[in-house]
Amino acid sequence: MIDYSIILAGFGGQGILSAGKMAAEAALIEGREVSWFPSYGPEMRGGTANCSVVISDEAIGSPVINDADVLIALNLPSFEKFKKIVKPGGIIIIDSALVKSVEAPDGIRFFPIEASTVASELGNMAYATVVLLGCLSAASGSFQKESFEQALRDVLPERRHHMIPDNIRAFEKGEAFAKSRQALL
Amino acid sequence: MSKRVLMKGNEVIAEAAIRAGCRYYFGYPITPQTEIMHYMALTMNKAGGTFVQAESEVAAINMVYGASAAGGRVLTSSSSPGISLKQEGFSYIAGAELPAVVVNIVRGGPGLGGILPAQGDYFQATKGGGHGDYRNIVIAPASIQELYEMTVEAFNLADKYRMLVMILGDGTLGQMMEPVSFREKEPIVIPEKPWALTGRKDREEHNTIQSIYINPDDLEAKNIELQDKYKVVSRDEVRYEELNTEGAEIIIVAFGTCSRICRNVIRQASGIGIKVGMIRPITLWPFPTEVIAAAAAKPETRAFLDVELNAGQMVEDVRLAVNGKKPVHFYGRMGGNLPGQQEILDRIIKIHEEGK
Amino acid sequence: MAIVFEKTKGLTDKPFHYCPGCTHGIIHRIIAEVMCEMNILDDAIGVSSVGCTYNNYEYFACDMVQAAHGRAPAVATGIKRVHPGNMVFTYQGDGDLASIGTAEIVHAAARGEKICAFFVNNAVYGMTSGQMAPTTLLGQVTTTSPFGRDANLQGYPINMSEMLATLQGAVYIERVTVVDFKSIQQAKKAIAKAFRVQQKRLGFAFVEFLSTCPTNWGKDPVDSLQWIRENMIPQYPLGVFKGKDLEV
Repeated sequence: MIDYSIILAGFGGQGILSAGKMAAEAALIEGREVSWFPSYGPEMRGGTANCSVVISDEAIGSPVINDADVLIALNLPSFEKFKKIVKPGGIIIIDSALVKSVEAPDGIRFFPIEASTVASELGNMAYATVVLLGCLSAASGSFQKESFEQALRDVLPERRHHMIPDNIRAFEKGEAFAKSRQALL
Repeated sequence: MSKRVLMKGNEVIAEAAIRAGCRYYFGYPITPQTEIMHYMALTMNKAGGTFVQAESEVAAINMVYGASAAGGRVLTSSSSPGISLKQEGFSYIAGAELPAVVVNIVRGGPGLGGILPAQGDYFQATKGGGHGDYRNIVIAPASIQELYEMTVEAFNLADKYRMLVMILGDGTLGQMMEPVSFREKEPIVIPEKPWALTGRKDREEHNTIQSIYINPDDLEAKNIELQDKYKVVSRDEVRYEELNTEGAEIIIVAFGTCSRICRNVIRQASGIGIKVGMIRPITLWPFPTEVIAAAAAKPETRAFLDVELNAGQMVEDVRLAVNGKKPVHFYGRMGGNLPGQQEILDRIIKIHEEGK
Repeated sequence: MAIVFEKTKGLTDKPFHYCPGCTHGIIHRIIAEVMCEMNILDDAIGVSSVGCTYNNYEYFACDMVQAAHGRAPAVATGIKRVHPGNMVFTYQGDGDLASIGTAEIVHAAARGEKICAFFVNNAVYGMTSGQMAPTTLLGQVTTTSPFGRDANLQGYPINMSEMLATLQGAVYIERVTVVDFKSIQQAKKAIAKAFRVQQKRLGFAFVEFLSTCPTNWGKDPVDSLQWIRENMIPQYPLGVFKGKDLEV
């Protein structure tokens, strides 16, 4: 049975809320129950953003996450704030180009990937979150690449569909990293 | 039904209203309900209706009063502090017997409070808030799908009874996205409104709408008429969901967001051998008193646990329904915090142990 | 016998409850006459407010709704948005419009709501027995300014017509009175112009009537009319404040 609580956190403008929505859209395509809940409290005024995504085979109780299975952090304050609520055996994925020289708590499966660097190589910083989603997909199995690709087709307006192949390339970079790292863990 | 699409609660409310034939929206910005306004601003004119950003919540509810008096299907939405301001209008709407739908995406109070989810407006929503003897139908959906279906239903109920119907959500339901599937065609029922102000045209008499009855006998008669109507609503329009109550030792009573969390607690409790059920009021007024009373009368029911995002408001109605037959416990969080499953489960284990 | 005066069909047969010498009755009659003369009675929807005229929904023969204190312009907005083709008007006193309902009237004007607001200014709260209104004159004795309105303690009268005339959405604003035949004829013209502005969907129209309150002023009807001339008009000059050259 699938039941994942995922927190995505970083600065406003990094595409955190959209990335969370894409993960939920992809899982929805696979027939899961999903919920997405944004930070809308005072914290967003300080320039940080986070959202909670739950992907489950059962009806979702609270969309607000107290204990996370996965944390995806795109800045240091978010990493420090949320690492404490990741369950033992859970996953932390960071953009290690932005969150430098940190270590995950004991018992956590840790995936530091230079997502921003990969994105800039692909020519668009917006792909950083896509790299992280690829990593999430491979590390957790919460949704598959094919559903992500379908979600892009559903969500993006037609005039942006030419961006899908690069999105998939970014996703695959994250996937590949997670698989190689997984082998070491 | 359409395929399931991911949508925000606030947007679903607005979409549902338009699907229900609502063509007039008047509102004033306040977090966490503002997306309802944004959606209306984008879509209402295209739907052939009118969107007005009013100068205040007070003005907005009075625009609702005017549009409803004129025969329109009309909506306003706000959050707790804004709803306090609208109470004057609610009382006039009740007195003049006008149909209207109001959404309250509740945030923490009192005062300016906070902007995160809460259920602290239960008393205000169900026990009046404005002056005089009146009732509003209060509906508390627990999912985005239910938010959609009950918003459509709210318009039908408002027109059927010429009453104000409130959708009582909270910041969680307003802000979260969840899958929703829409019907191809909505079950819209709009009765004739011969009382509406349309200009006298061919009518012999002019129509007048007012809530003032200076003569005490007239005012008492009006009040009796209103109370008779409320009795019919209490008899016919109670909605609730019963979950796992058959043979349950502990029965949770919770509405809205809290009931979602409790649903998972029931599963967890069953895993450790405690049989827990839930009665989830969908209408907070009229309140499902009878079903709670019936559960209290069962020998296997040992206790009730009421869970709310406040200091204990609905629990008073639960106690009235249980009427001393069984202990009624309360667990609540406030300020915008939601209880975790474990907190509630711990409370259940304690009640279970005490009962041994 | 020749008929020299006939009651307008714009009013019902319900007898007015107003005090002797109060000019609300004249203002009601001329609004009703204009509606009949313009043939808009069957299209008109009026909004009663709170104060002495709380129940004038029983007097005007058109469709009427009674609004909460000060909220008539918001209620009228709701009605007009549902029935843009109908003639919608409010009838409000000075406590209603210039005190508790200031926000509603200002924003209805600012939005350029295509409604007419008829504002009856008698410099006092009538219904609740003679308290100071926002329009009470300096030095005027009321039950809540028993030593006369003192600018130092109670501030200054509000000139609503002048104030609203600063708003772009207001296209026609005139102040009139009903103290004699001539001024009543001028008031009727203003009412008609306000309705024509609405018919042509030009924007917000506002007519302020300087009116008497013999009961709360403690004056007889004739002295009350004289009091308007001598005391109110200097503070509230008659005339058109917006839309003077507007041809409708």
